[in-house]
Amino acid sequence: MEFALSEEQKMLQDSVGRYLETACSLDVVRGVAEKSGLQADDVWSGLIDLGVPSMMVPEAYGGMAFGMLEAALVSEVMGRHVAAVPFIGACVLGPLAIARGGSDALKEAWLPKIATGAIRVGVALSEHTGAREDAGITAEGDRLSGRSLFVIDGGMADIFVVADTQGGLHLIEAGAEGVETIALTSIDRTRSLSEIRLTKVVSQPLDGGEDVLASLIDAGRVLYAADTLGAGWAMIDKAVAYAKERKQFNRVIGSFQSVKHMCAEMAAELEPCRSLIWYAAYAQDALPDDARLTAGHAKSHLSEVGRFVARTSTEVHGGMGFTDLLGLHYWFKRIGVNRQILGGPERVREELAKLQGWAA
Amino acid sequence: MDLSYGPEYEAFRAEVQKFLIDFKDQAPRGIGGTGRPAAETIHWQKLLIEHGYAARTIPKEYGGYGAEPDILKSRIISEEFTAAQMPGGIANQGVSMFVPTLLELGTEEQKQKWIRPTLNGDIVWCQGYSEPGSGSDLASLQTKGTEDGDDFLVNGQKIWTSTAKSADMMFCLVRTEPDAPKHKGISYLIFPMDTPGIEVRPLVTMTGNAEFNEVFFTDVRVPQNQIIGERGQGWFVANATLGHERGMLGDPNAAGSRLAEITQMMMEETVDGERLMDNPFLRDRLVKLQSRVLTMQYHGMRLLTARVKKESTGVAGLIVKLQGCDLNHDLAALAIDAMGEIGVLYDGSPMERSRGKWQWRYMFDLGLIIGGGTAQIQKNIISERGLDMPREPKPVKPAPADAAKSA
Repeated sequence: MEFALSEEQKMLQDSVGRYLETACSLDVVRGVAEKSGLQADDVWSGLIDLGVPSMMVPEAYGGMAFGMLEAALVSEVMGRHVAAVPFIGACVLGPLAIARGGSDALKEAWLPKIATGAIRVGVALSEHTGAREDAGITAEGDRLSGRSLFVIDGGMADIFVVADTQGGLHLIEAGAEGVETIALTSIDRTRSLSEIRLTKVVSQPLDGGEDVLASLIDAGRVLYAADTLGAGWAMIDKAVAYAKERKQFNRVIGSFQSVKHMCAEMAAELEPCRSLIWYAAYAQDALPDDARLTAGHAKSHLSEVGRFVARTSTEVHGGMGFTDLLGLHYWFKRIGVNRQILGGPERVREELAKLQGWAA
Repeated sequence: MDLSYGPEYEAFRAEVQKFLIDFKDQAPRGIGGTGRPAAETIHWQKLLIEHGYAARTIPKEYGGYGAEPDILKSRIISEEFTAAQMPGGIANQGVSMFVPTLLELGTEEQKQKWIRPTLNGDIVWCQGYSEPGSGSDLASLQTKGTEDGDDFLVNGQKIWTSTAKSADMMFCLVRTEPDAPKHKGISYLIFPMDTPGIEVRPLVTMTGNAEFNEVFFTDVRVPQNQIIGERGQGWFVANATLGHERGMLGDPNAAGSRLAEITQMMMEETVDGERLMDNPFLRDRLVKLQSRVLTMQYHGMRLLTARVKKESTGVAGLIVKLQGCDLNHDLAALAIDAMGEIGVLYDGSPMERSRGKWQWRYMFDLGLIIGGGTAQIQKNIISERGLDMPREPKPVKPAPADAAKSA
């Protein structure tokens, strides 16, 4: 029994984290957020050099064939640095969908290009965690029509993995006739969120149907939870550093128990979540019986703890935390969006109740 | 990550399972408990030691089983005993706190004399640490031992002394060096509870039971050689055992069993003919608590691995008492809320469920949140040792002139 990261896993996380520490500075994040809200091109190139887009691609197609635990570790450092690059859809869910459901020809066509970072995948499946307005994609023959909302990493996508209302998965090209992409503006300007409108768009099927779709939703939930873990710890570290520096009443505010206890509560809530993320991520590949349950718990629990940490850290920073000057709000907003994507905590918990036969 | 135990440990697990089947009939009905063990409990304890399921790593020469420490095997034993709903070994304060202290800091003579009868359940100990005026600031304790020939004369009062009524012996913190700084003036004394001058009064808590006692000392004569460690080292000696206590509180496996009990209860009990589980608000609370229970279970696995590898756990280890006690308390709260009016029944009332245990737990667990280092002290520890935040500055004594002004 060993509940711990391997040396290789630690090195992977360290190397991506160290890279982002310097490359994805607050100025870079701010630049993206204030300008386009799409991505930091230099950071994306650097991540390609590190092999991040190839992480989940099978070796036969030029990838590193990592598992979900590795993906979660990288997602965590993406959150820690509020990395303004596509990751969850483009580097994990997209390649996983194609690797699990694509024909040999499709894999051959797309996976090597995903691995080199030449193309990015947007992932459109939010209608299966709660369809809003009249959204829904219908498939007729090889043609797709309809709207899909809250497409993950849709902003700069070259291809889309799309779930139809029946749970079937398809692949379409962003440049195909009949595809319209509409940018949605969320509070979090570090990652893109979009809507796609399809009119009889030519598609190629991905097999595996609902099982693959379910596995993508679970994987996505673990990754958003991991992103919140990283963003949350960044907010704790910032709060502690600020409290050790800021003086009022001739003392650093970090020597007041009221402030220390706020920091202790954040750490006490968030640190055990790391164990939940590790377990849930590992379960996606190794413990099929626990995969759904733990992915849902990771998503809903990190949403709750993340909200507490985001709010408390901002309060420790006092008025400065509320300003744009400090940039703390980028983390606050990232955590806020992570909570809602792929199902907010109340809805996910209701799914978990059904899964265990506690609700009809 | 590898969550399988591997063949060596699975074989060991099979061994434990076989023992539990073979010796099922000899197990006492009640669980170990903290009072004086019954004859059948003492018999069971001896069986467990003989097979290595109690006092496992304590050397044979002192009455233990003498195995090499192996955290995974200890965990397997605990898992299998819980799964079979069989009582484990005696876990009173003598076994869990005094014996580890002696092993670390006792003389050879003390180890020979005390460990075996303590393990066997023949000698029961109680712990004299807290005082009415010294709770979180334990080192300020005032029970004093003054030299009188070869003895100390002990005067003062202890509180929160569980088992004092049935104990044979006490290990006790006493201020023997009144002029030394507060952490350096304490000695760790041991003495029989029937020494003249000791009075034990039961302390009834909010649960209605006397789970604790107050102990009063009037000129209690203790030979100076009945000391563990040196004079003035008592604080250091006691801290060796407080670590053991912090490990006992906030056990994540207990939370798992509670969650299962509540789930079953919510599936069976009804209000207005509707299962409690069909109420969406109660159900949501249950799933929320399940998140926390699983989180703490996985966290326990992570800490266990770190301990096996002898790695320091930092903030991850410091949060367990705070989070674990809080979680157990919240579980009891849900059980009560789910039952509604029936949830308030107690003390053998008609319609009472599970002999009132959820109310008892809801109250007693609040005591555990406070005891063994309050939640607020835990937060100080987490922020200071885990997050490297500064200590609260000591109050500055006003200069004489200022003192005169304010007077």
